[in-house]
Amino acid sequence: MIEINNLNLSVDKFLFKNINLTIPNGVYAILMGKTGSGKTSLLEAIVGIRPIDEGSIVIDGVDVTNLDPSLRGMGYVPQEGSLFLSMSVEENIGFALYIKKESKEKTRKKVIEIAREINIEHLLGERVHNLSGGERQRVALARALCFEPSIFLLDEPLSALDEETHTDVCGLLKRLFEERNCTVIHVTHNHSEAVKLGQLHFEIKAGSIVESES
Amino acid sequence: MALKNDEKNKGIIKSNRFFYLSLAIITLCYVCLILMLIIADGVYLFTDNNGGNPLFDILKEPEIKNSVILSMISCSLTAFLATGFAIPIGYILSRFKSKWVTLLDSFLDIPLVLPPLVIGLSLLILFQLWPLNAQLIDFLPLGDEWGSLSLKSLVVYQVPAVVLAQFTVATAFAVRTLKLSFEQIPSRAEQVALTLGCSRFQAFYHVVLPQAIPGILTAWTLAWARSLGEFGPLLVFAGATRNKTEVLSTSVFLELSIGNLKGAVALSMIMIATAIVVLVVARLCGRSAYVH
Repeated sequence: MIEINNLNLSVDKFLFKNINLTIPNGVYAILMGKTGSGKTSLLEAIVGIRPIDEGSIVIDGVDVTNLDPSLRGMGYVPQEGSLFLSMSVEENIGFALYIKKESKEKTRKKVIEIAREINIEHLLGERVHNLSGGERQRVALARALCFEPSIFLLDEPLSALDEETHTDVCGLLKRLFEERNCTVIHVTHNHSEAVKLGQLHFEIKAGSIVESES
Repeated sequence: MALKNDEKNKGIIKSNRFFYLSLAIITLCYVCLILMLIIADGVYLFTDNNGGNPLFDILKEPEIKNSVILSMISCSLTAFLATGFAIPIGYILSRFKSKWVTLLDSFLDIPLVLPPLVIGLSLLILFQLWPLNAQLIDFLPLGDEWGSLSLKSLVVYQVPAVVLAQFTVATAFAVRTLKLSFEQIPSRAEQVALTLGCSRFQAFYHVVLPQAIPGILTAWTLAWARSLGEFGPLLVFAGATRNKTEVLSTSVFLELSIGNLKGAVALSMIMIATAIVVLVVARLCGRSAYVH
């Protein structure tokens, strides 16, 4: 369960005051809000790459507010994918296992398994530069999945995709997270995407979060 | 209406042509200046030589051979040291934003804006002060025969002074280059690496550093080329002693001071050729590192 208690966060032009948010385990939550409302900053605060002013972030009863991002165990997929440009697709996906010093065989097996699941097996040998927007998003998703976290934070993962790819990846996300029973916070400003995927819906309005109808 | 737009379009095309032409003329003027300098040196060098080749003649002199060797070794060593220091400093300047970092950024420009002679003089004065001028026998268990040995005696007017003088200036250039290079690498990928279990160092080493390779190569090249051209600090801090601390830039000065203008120009041509080769090779390496 993700619990955000009385969180205060100030980022340049906007300010969050007393944000309270609870997302039970295994729930696909959608976080909506206008462009520039601070959705990305809130995700960054949860994952630990943006310091907060006050409040606490509790995951499954453990206060992770001051915990390093490397120890929070959350899979983060930023808006633009942010793949590691010096690595191949395979190296990108298996990066977390490489850092964990898993054996090459185990890493390769896991990478192929995930790539097959996401239908990007044919891209494994490619350099990141050669990928399209949709392929990049799939690789970023595979990289996070390989880390095997129980919580995923997805920052507008479908925003840069054409309609056909959007539908494909949308279906993929639904299937992947249902199978894994993961907790997901998915940031978007697309209503149809929110309706298709979300079980819980939140909206950022004027620096505070309100639960909205699904 | 269509006629009016047509006239407007012609005006825009004319204005664009003028703009591109201006850019080309300004660039060409500067390129011509550099080319003319090189050509003038070449023409002067290869006329009235009585059949000899001044480039080969000057390279046959033993002190010039030593000077070339010392130049290559000191420039390469300095370039490695400067890049080694510039990587962490450039990273700090690009990633951390505070008034202290801004202050540090400005402070690191000092070697760029100071007159080269002042840097040499300041290095010389630095080594007059304790503990750099203290005898090592006071700190280390050395025999009496090492009585006069100090860091000052080991560095000033010796080969290490050549490297230190070159390093002081070259590092500032390398830092500027690497700061820009790191700024062009988005920090988001590094942050994602942190969420995948990396420590800060691992994220830097595995994600940032490989992407910075073209920048590192450019910084190395700039540091190398800057070191080759260094003169003022070397003259003051390392001296221009033949067969000892003489490098190519001081060789040019020494040849001029004994009235051997041909020799000085020949050495200048060697420096120009060497710099061009190093710059081109490093640019190509940088490009191929980026492409792959």
